[in-house]
Amino acid sequence: MSTDSTTHGGVRSAHVSHHFKTAEQEYDSGKQGIWLFMVTEILMFGAILVGYAIFHNIYPEMFAEGAKTLDWRMGFVNTLVLIFSSFTMAISISYVQRNEQKKAAIALATTILCGAIFMCIKYFEYSHKFHLGLYPGRFLDVAKVGAEHANLGMYFGFYYCMTGLHGLHVLIGMGLIAWLLIRTIRGDFHSQYWIPVEGVGIFWHIVDLIWIFLFPLLYLVG
Amino acid sequence: MATKSAHHGDNYINFEKGLWSWLTTVDHKRIGLMYMISVMFFFFVGGVMALLLRLELFAPNATANVGQVLKNGDVYNQVLTYHGAIMVFMVIVPGIPAILGNFFLPLHLGAKDVAFPKINLASWYCFMAGAALAVLTFFFNKIDTGWTFYTPYSIRTGTATVMMVLGAFIMGMSSVLTGLNFIVTVHKLRAPGMTMHRMPLFVWALYSTAILQMLATPVLAITLLLLAAEKLFGVGIFDPALGGDPVLFQHFFWFYSHPAVYIMIIPAMGVVSELITTFSRKVIFGYTAIAYSSLGIAAVSFFVWGHHMFVSGQSETAGIIFSFLTMLVGVPTAIKMFNWVATLYKGSISFDSPMLFALGFLFLFAIGGVTGIMLATLPIDVHFHDTYFVVAHFHYVMVGGTLMALMGGFYYWFPKMFGKMFNENLARLSFVFIFIGFNVTFFPQFILGAMGMPRRYFDYIPAYETLNKVSTVGSWLILTGFLFGLYAIVQGIRKGPKASMNPWNSKTLEWQTSSPPPHDNFAVEPIVTAGPYEYR
Ligand code: HEM
Ligand SMILES: [Cu+2]
Repeated sequence: MSTDSTTHGGVRSAHVSHHFKTAEQEYDSGKQGIWLFMVTEILMFGAILVGYAIFHNIYPEMFAEGAKTLDWRMGFVNTLVLIFSSFTMAISISYVQRNEQKKAAIALATTILCGAIFMCIKYFEYSHKFHLGLYPGRFLDVAKVGAEHANLGMYFGFYYCMTGLHGLHVLIGMGLIAWLLIRTIRGDFHSQYWIPVEGVGIFWHIVDLIWIFLFPLLYLVG
Repeated sequence: MATKSAHHGDNYINFEKGLWSWLTTVDHKRIGLMYMISVMFFFFVGGVMALLLRLELFAPNATANVGQVLKNGDVYNQVLTYHGAIMVFMVIVPGIPAILGNFFLPLHLGAKDVAFPKINLASWYCFMAGAALAVLTFFFNKIDTGWTFYTPYSIRTGTATVMMVLGAFIMGMSSVLTGLNFIVTVHKLRAPGMTMHRMPLFVWALYSTAILQMLATPVLAITLLLLAAEKLFGVGIFDPALGGDPVLFQHFFWFYSHPAVYIMIIPAMGVVSELITTFSRKVIFGYTAIAYSSLGIAAVSFFVWGHHMFVSGQSETAGIIFSFLTMLVGVPTAIKMFNWVATLYKGSISFDSPMLFALGFLFLFAIGGVTGIMLATLPIDVHFHDTYFVVAHFHYVMVGGTLMALMGGFYYWFPKMFGKMFNENLARLSFVFIFIGFNVTFFPQFILGAMGMPRRYFDYIPAYETLNKVSTVGSWLILTGFLFGLYAIVQGIRKGPKASMNPWNSKTLEWQTSSPPPHDNFAVEPIVTAGPYEYR
């Protein structure tokens, strides 16, 4: 992930919390904590993917019908936006490590902007679906929509649950990056201390990764 | 910051003063005590409900005086739901890890604190917020689904299921955060010389539990979120009317909740390992076997959830496979049992109150475990499913197992936590009442179940009356026992004589610091040169 600088000869000294002995120990612990937390995130999405796989198996045509109503171009644009944002997030870490706070701030701001674009596109997708009456589960009016499968609503149940939960993570991520941005401008992070930047970065990459699974499953399969 | 303790108090309790200093503390010992107070409160609430349930069952409803304390079946179902949910999510699951684990894991490792003290505090607030959300539903719109929230009933009934389920979700987050903290602490904060194989067995147990918490809880989290979504937006995943599958909910639910029963019991096994070796004054027999069998139980526990669905319409093949896999859990469990017994053999056993609870654990958990194997046997379970046999079985495991260990561990570490001694005779009296009362309450339920009395019913035919009366009287004995225990604890804290550094002559690290420990745990960082149980 990062280039771990073990030299402590810099002007700024590392901050070491009182229960740690060295900055390395604190850094390793923080990193391990973030990764463990990410495992739980992946498992949480994993369970819903299992549900998706099971029902996709039972009702393949219904899922195909649902997937047809989604606009893969919007999903594709969003995929590109997120991949780009992962890139800007990653370079923000390396700027911080090289004490280039101004560039790091710009990279972080770009990442937030990407998140916002992603959410805007999601907003248009959702409102378009609502407009067509493509609501989840029991709210989907099969007759009005002209659906071929009686329980098409379930497809949208999965669609809204999966993308909704993912969208929520994007919003949380944007909040966290905004917090990083403020602290970066304040000069809290530097070549000796960047754990929070890297931690949030890992979170952001995982959220992107989850989207890279959701996109083909929802938009393309079927 | 080590200089700070110089001009503050000399232990973690008087280190800083005032309620605010407690509510904002990041000291793992204080957080442990905060958990203790909250869990004891919830245990009291859940306990009152248990007594009400038993009172209702004292006589058939035709008997006007006591047969109708809870008015009707709806009220009974509500009280049953809160009793179950409170006891599981707010007492037994957090119990040992959050109270004793928080307090002693860093001390056991020779660390100053857990790896993420602020997250530790946040996890207490998560727990309180989730618990408050769940308990407050009682005052809005009482839940009557049972603590398992089975669909489709839970998505049709007009109660505040969403709020309850969100409460459980937030408590799950708290559990994940605690587990995460423990894993990183074990990996990164051990004192010099404290190798993994020199860690006390309690730490090994907490470590295995933490892995379970991290792997199982997210699945429950998403299941509960989907349940909430099902209820609010009718997404159709669990609702058969929309093509969904209610049994899928059970699969998801038990994929968490079966490992969760090991989240409840593995820490108890850890406590018991400490107690048995200390009070037999012997090196524990088979240290590595006990340590790794915790991991073994954790691993197997993920493949057995289907034994809760033997009669819910899963395929017969699945039933047979799950039946077989479930019995596998018996292997690592038996390894532990035999090692404990081998440790006791020819030990110089002293029957102090913590040891009594540990021996009580061995006895009751053995019964709970054996009846568990019976229930894992497919043809037997078809017969016993949802009868009082199951109720007796899980109370033997959860109360006889986990709660006994929690009490034993609590008495064992009481001198360290508060720097005072409790009244030993009161503690023993408390044990005697709880132990006898427990058997009087729950043993008859095995027979009732075998006779066919269903669980979750608020009334029964006259044939079941005598045994139910015995069972209810037993619940009063348990109550008496807990009141003695509470009195022993309160008196101990208020007036107990001062405890020495190591009143039980134990060998683990926490006894090498003053009682109660200073804010930073150890005046000088300990250097570990030997294993945790160098008795003889
Ligand atoms: C100490 C005295 C206790 C008594 C007298 C008692 C009594 C009862 C009774 C009468 C039921 C209803 C059984 C049924 O109809 O299915 C019940 C259910 C239950 N109890 Fe207890 N209980 C006690 C302690 C505990 C504790 C400490 C736990 C902690 C884990 C616990 C966990 C449960 C659970 C999980 C249920 C199932 C609820 C459900 O089926 O939804 N109980 N208990
Ligand atoms: Cu189970």
